[in-house]
Amino acid sequence: MLKINNIHARVEEKAILNGINLEIKPGEVHAIMGPNGSGKSTLASVLAGREDFEVTEGSIEFLGKDLLEMSPEDRAREGVFLAFQYPVEIPGVSTVNFMKTALNKIREYRGQDTLDAVSFLSLMKEKIELVEIDKALLNRSLNEGFSGGEKKRNEIFQMAMLEPKLAILDETDSGLDIDALRIVANGVNKLRTKDNATIVVTHYQRLLEYIVPDYVHVLYKGKIVKSGTKELALELEAKGYDWIKSEMEVA
Amino acid sequence: MSTATEKQSLSTSLIASIDLAQFSFANEQRTKAFEAFKTIGLPEPKNEEYKFTPVTRSLSKHFSASELSKPTDANESVKSLLNPEFSENRVVFVNGMYSKTLSTITSDSKVTVQSLNEALASNPSLLFDQLNTTDPFALLNSTLWSDGLYINVPKNIEEQKPLFIHHLHDASSEKVSAHTKLFITVGESASLQIIEKTDTQGNQPVFNTISEDIIVGENGAVNYCKIQNDAGQLIQVANTTIHQHRASRADTYTLTLNGQLIRNNLNIIIDGEGCESHFYGLYLSDGDTLVDNHTTVDHKKPNSFSNELYKGLMDGKSKGVFNGKIYVRPHAQKTNAFQSNRNLLLSDDATVNTKPQLEIWADDVKCSHGCTTGQLDEEALFYLQSRGIPKATAKAMLLYAFAAEVMETIKNEQLKNYIDSIVSERLHKSY
Repeated sequence: MLKINNIHARVEEKAILNGINLEIKPGEVHAIMGPNGSGKSTLASVLAGREDFEVTEGSIEFLGKDLLEMSPEDRAREGVFLAFQYPVEIPGVSTVNFMKTALNKIREYRGQDTLDAVSFLSLMKEKIELVEIDKALLNRSLNEGFSGGEKKRNEIFQMAMLEPKLAILDETDSGLDIDALRIVANGVNKLRTKDNATIVVTHYQRLLEYIVPDYVHVLYKGKIVKSGTKELALELEAKGYDWIKSEMEVA
Repeated sequence: MSTATEKQSLSTSLIASIDLAQFSFANEQRTKAFEAFKTIGLPEPKNEEYKFTPVTRSLSKHFSASELSKPTDANESVKSLLNPEFSENRVVFVNGMYSKTLSTITSDSKVTVQSLNEALASNPSLLFDQLNTTDPFALLNSTLWSDGLYINVPKNIEEQKPLFIHHLHDASSEKVSAHTKLFITVGESASLQIIEKTDTQGNQPVFNTISEDIIVGENGAVNYCKIQNDAGQLIQVANTTIHQHRASRADTYTLTLNGQLIRNNLNIIIDGEGCESHFYGLYLSDGDTLVDNHTTVDHKKPNSFSNELYKGLMDGKSKGVFNGKIYVRPHAQKTNAFQSNRNLLLSDDATVNTKPQLEIWADDVKCSHGCTTGQLDEEALFYLQSRGIPKATAKAMLLYAFAAEVMETIKNEQLKNYIDSIVSERLHKSY
């Protein structure tokens, strides 16, 4: 589904990703872990198409297409979804209207009919139950005045509505208490199928107790320095990132 | 230097070319206004009140003194500019002259709508208060006005139907210099809703001044909406003064979508306790349009509330100017006065000059002001795009949301829908 081949990226003059290789197949969950500043969020942003980052080398293939050639909106329409680490507050645009526009733009792109009000509302109702979000929130301005947990839950709601093929959760656990974390993780788990894949970007092992990964990759200084199964996350939790750092310096 | 001379010369030659003998009414007021105008003339570049808004330079570019001083003939081939949305209770001016054939005032209304020159005949002192101004264009209007209306809502009459005042300019073959005056009194516990709109057809330059005084009696209410969406080359200076008596309420909306150079002076005088005033502005400019809103709220009495919100979206090479004065006089204790001006610049060449001016003499008041100028939030744009929304649509959504904060405050549903439709069309079309 996704083939990341030797990706180098920088922001302004600073190199952040220094040759990332990663392949993800349908149905898989990959966790990307690493200390602060290792390039985890940059990788998520590069996949979603944030313009602040310049890819200087390498290629990314998504479902057989060149992802880097696509605009952010086309990536979304092809099935990429980024759950933001810091969801943006947008006064004057309600989540409902936002989702209606987004969903219909995606359907248009895929040559499907746009949804009428009734089918949209029934779809929304179904997804609200799935991700356990307060309906009243969705009629308010997007993320404006939402708590940290509400914002993250809204990201998962949007993900449920858009049914992406590849979901990238960028530090979705940051700032969540244990109950919010469980609800968000439940939502993500319910959305898993054999056809879609998930990348979980996180600093801590905690989230991975709820969203169990098939693979864990450790990012350090813009490279994947270690890959393994979910046990690697536990080992990291026990030994700390200094273990990786010292191992790298020895090498 | 040469431009300064030109401006002075336009002012001087304008004064020389004005012949009050051409007018058959309001001569006493005209003479006084003209005398006052002569002492100040058209604003020069250094004039503090007009320093960002070169009305004089614009006039010099497009008009000779005699073209400015002589009223243009009315032409009724402007029917296509009329809005079907507002066909009832409509007053129409064409090139500054009241058009009886295009106006549709129903006789069952208790609201008096009378020619201002007739009203003056029975009450000669009606307009004297208007002469207490230092605005050169208000004085010029009082010198040159060719037609006007006196509108009166009697005590206890709450008029439900909005009064639609439409100023049409036909500039298809000739330059237009049009000057109208409105005098509106809303009686005690009475209310009136006014929608005023200007429209221009043709590409000849138009110079238009409108001066209006609205007096709101005790416990009365006025809701006033000005819509400026003129194609062509309109140079307009509008002076609107609202005098509020005790426990009255004023809501104003100033919506500017097009025109070449638009200057609105809105003055709210709170001359009674327990008043409430809300004034909103929305300006969407493009090309080389200049939109200038100068507002003044003068709290003269205690225990009143005023709230002001003006928002602007500027694209192309357009310019925005906002100046908001709040005066709280020594006796006006317990005043609450709030002001906010927010601007988005959508191109590198668009500019805005914004200046809040608070002068507070009372010590037990709550006042605040704030102004922001920025660009479209890139992070918000990316957020919308990352959900599959094309960049152009995402931009339009954000701009619409910015404008909607003002539009949502309009209570009249029909008016709100109309404004919404022109703003939506404008934002989707241009962005």
